[in-house]
Amino acid sequence: MTNLLIRGADLVGRGRSDLLIRNGRFVDPAEAGTDVDRLDADGLVALPGLVDLHTHLREPGREDAETVQSGTLAAARGGFTAVLAMANTTPVTDTAEAAVHVAALGARDGYTQVVPVGAVSKGLDGVELAELGLMARSSARVRVFSDDGHCLSDARLMRRALEYVRAFDGVIAQHAQDPQLAGVSACCHEGEISGKLGLPGWPAAAEASVVARDVQIAELTRSRLHICHVSCAETVDVIRWAKQRDINVTAEVAPHHLMLTTNEVLGYDPIYKVNPPLRPSEHVEVLREALADGTIDAVATDHAPHARHDKDHAFAEAAFGMLGLETALAVVVETMIKSDLLSWTDVAKRMSIMPAHIARLADQGRPLAVGEPANVVLVDPAARQVIDRNDSASLSRNNPWHGRELPDPVVATIWAGRVTFRKGR
Amino acid sequence: MMRHLLSAADLDQPQITEILDLAEEMSLVQGRPVKKLPALRGRTVVNLFFEDSTRTRSSFEIAGKWLSADVINISAKGSSVSKGESLRDTVLTVAAMGVDALVIRHHASGAPWQASRWIDAHVLNAGDGTHEHPTQALLDAFTIRRHLRSSNPDLTSFDGKTVAIIGDITHSRVARSNVLLLTTLGAQVILVAPPTLLPAGVDSWPVLVCTDFDEVLPQADVVMMLRVQRERMSGGYFPTPREYTISYGLTRPRLEMMKPGAAICHPGPMNRGLEISADAADAANSLILEQVAAGVSVRMSVLYELLGGAE
Amino acid sequence: MSGTGAPQARPEDPTPGVEVDSTTSRVVLDADQIARACARMAHQILEANRGAEGLVLMGIPTRGVAVAHRLATVMDEVEGVRVPVGALDVTTYRDDLRRQPTRAEGHTHLPVEVDDSTVVLVDDVLYSGRTVRAALDALGDLGRPRAVRLAVLVDRGHRELPIRADHVGSYIPTRTGEHVSVKLAEIDGVNQVSIEQSSDPGRREAR
Repeated sequence: MTNLLIRGADLVGRGRSDLLIRNGRFVDPAEAGTDVDRLDADGLVALPGLVDLHTHLREPGREDAETVQSGTLAAARGGFTAVLAMANTTPVTDTAEAAVHVAALGARDGYTQVVPVGAVSKGLDGVELAELGLMARSSARVRVFSDDGHCLSDARLMRRALEYVRAFDGVIAQHAQDPQLAGVSACCHEGEISGKLGLPGWPAAAEASVVARDVQIAELTRSRLHICHVSCAETVDVIRWAKQRDINVTAEVAPHHLMLTTNEVLGYDPIYKVNPPLRPSEHVEVLREALADGTIDAVATDHAPHARHDKDHAFAEAAFGMLGLETALAVVVETMIKSDLLSWTDVAKRMSIMPAHIARLADQGRPLAVGEPANVVLVDPAARQVIDRNDSASLSRNNPWHGRELPDPVVATIWAGRVTFRKGR
Repeated sequence: MMRHLLSAADLDQPQITEILDLAEEMSLVQGRPVKKLPALRGRTVVNLFFEDSTRTRSSFEIAGKWLSADVINISAKGSSVSKGESLRDTVLTVAAMGVDALVIRHHASGAPWQASRWIDAHVLNAGDGTHEHPTQALLDAFTIRRHLRSSNPDLTSFDGKTVAIIGDITHSRVARSNVLLLTTLGAQVILVAPPTLLPAGVDSWPVLVCTDFDEVLPQADVVMMLRVQRERMSGGYFPTPREYTISYGLTRPRLEMMKPGAAICHPGPMNRGLEISADAADAANSLILEQVAAGVSVRMSVLYELLGGAE
Repeated sequence: MSGTGAPQARPEDPTPGVEVDSTTSRVVLDADQIARACARMAHQILEANRGAEGLVLMGIPTRGVAVAHRLATVMDEVEGVRVPVGALDVTTYRDDLRRQPTRAEGHTHLPVEVDDSTVVLVDDVLYSGRTVRAALDALGDLGRPRAVRLAVLVDRGHRELPIRADHVGSYIPTRTGEHVSVKLAEIDGVNQVSIEQSSDPGRREAR
């Protein structure tokens, strides 16, 4: 077990201190003996280990695109100590047995804590409830349920799901996409560019209208609702309204929606095809402000690995999704820290504390204090890199940041006292 | 010289004029006993069609053959539907056989652009999804120019002329290419359609937009009718074919409202009775058959422009 | 694209005392000499054909067409016969097509059927012979003439193919580095043939 002394890190931007890790927890640094490993963290910021509410690990079913091992290794490189693995695997995680299997893969192969997300409906078909209770009671202790990839569009089923999970403090995470307004072929923000390029449009109203409906149902059922990958200003307005009414809704935003706009689609490069789509810059501005003021509670990567042969199609036929685990913090530093929209304390909240809270993870997002589990990431605020998509722990290469100059923040990631990533090693 | 022809916007006015003038010369080949020019001898052109189109494909085939090129037709319809071979693999496999030019028609917008990034050969867009169809716009311009020159032989641009395009603009690659090409040639383009068939962002296009056909019709020097698919009715784009025809069809009464000397165009195939009446299709001022005839000459011209000189 | 309108019978030289840089260019045929050469060729063509029957003059654009019109004019004035004049563009038949950027095609005009006609190809300068070779191929795709003759205003030697002219206006020996410039009033505003030192000695116009 690790016996590690981290010297002189700036603890979440609140001042420099030492951290001593023994047997997976923080202990009093004064107890550091002579036979301890040392890590000089002078100039580095220490954050609680990051928690990703929204990852696609693709195992079981698409191990050619990613596995629990490769995905969590990528997560560790990105500073994460826990990931929530979405249910749209093959088979779907819609039973206790499937959930336990994913958790076991995590325990065996994972470089982070792996918590399975349970499907809301059987087979993600949006018709009948999956065994939510059994998944919650299983050793996997599922608390987050989502049909992500599909919108839970049946209002009655959403109501039942929200009511049902109240019994065990679960949360329903919605992928908001009205199938009548934005069908499966919708692949580009509906606007000037989609009109010019002849691509089926995905209007912002398709997302905001579902969120507007769901917050009403959340209010009706007095239950917890979480909105995945908020992509447009209209949705932000709805969430703000709902929070003002004390509706129990939380929201996440993906790093790519904080920086990339729909202009990227002009070359028809399927690397930039994602669901929900990239939007015009006005929306990017609103999302940043909403993340700054807390209307959006968390950053979640929606890491979506795809084998090359699933992306090398015509734009309208290519798979949706981008990689995100290894670059998430870099993008947040670039868009939010550098512009003073967020402080390091805020980043800790948005990328660790709040996600852990939403997912009800007891050991994550904890203070960096004696007695707490040793989940910590050391960050260099100034280092920079040119992103190389081939320099990645993921099995996939659909990286939208390739060739761009971004921060290179993660120096070391420590999960439960073990160093899972160390830059340069 | 041009490497690819992907979009009508790739061409400026001098280039368009050069292509149309060349097409005039190429059109003479049709009447000769030996319908051949040796210009593309030894060049290989592949028609890679992911979408059925007998008319466009045979037009490209004849164009290539009359220029002495070796023309191969590959119908790649099945592969993308079954998600078997990726677009990239299909394109690279064909290109690896050593082709000089790939003429691509695909049901997804943007496929020719993607293809042009993967291979060295020249790429010619024969229609991509609902995005563009540049050779159609060129043959429309060729036909319109001949018609306008019948009363004004020195005409070189379309300045001062009004072209109305009526129909399902949202799903029309012919409309998009024509808007680009006709405005480059100086025409004023007016789009007419019910609001449900006007694309997002159309207000940013260099055109006028109107939902009232009768208001626009008397001003138009050219009336270009677009095909409307009956299947659009199930998407809620218009309530019934009857309502569409009465509101937006080129009916017999509307023929009388046309400006003297105005002409009728249609890219085909026509839905006689829906967007265009039989009277209009067969009217004396209909250029529809000329459009069809122009296809080969214009495509010969484009192939020659791309492949006729040094690499 | 040049027109194929008929020029005047005796084009006047509108600018007397043409400026010529004597170090790089010398005039070898003036307006009168050109006119005499055309007249002589026109007679010869009619003589060889024993009259005008079946004759058609096909000029190779650009200046070959102008020369063809001049020949036809002489034939009309002196013999009272109207011989049809056309244009035969050979661009797509050139053997060096692939070595240069795409060349725009010129205009081909067939005033009568080629089949069973006696076609006289007319060009301003005969040099390597490649243009004439291309013209024979182009003509072959248009039909089967009874006979093909070649009339050129200037033969400057240096043949690269076994081609010879039947009727020559003037033999002018040249070096390969030199460029023969033919100017005709209906196109260039002046009538003269001059030899210039080519600014690019390695360049050969394939004629």
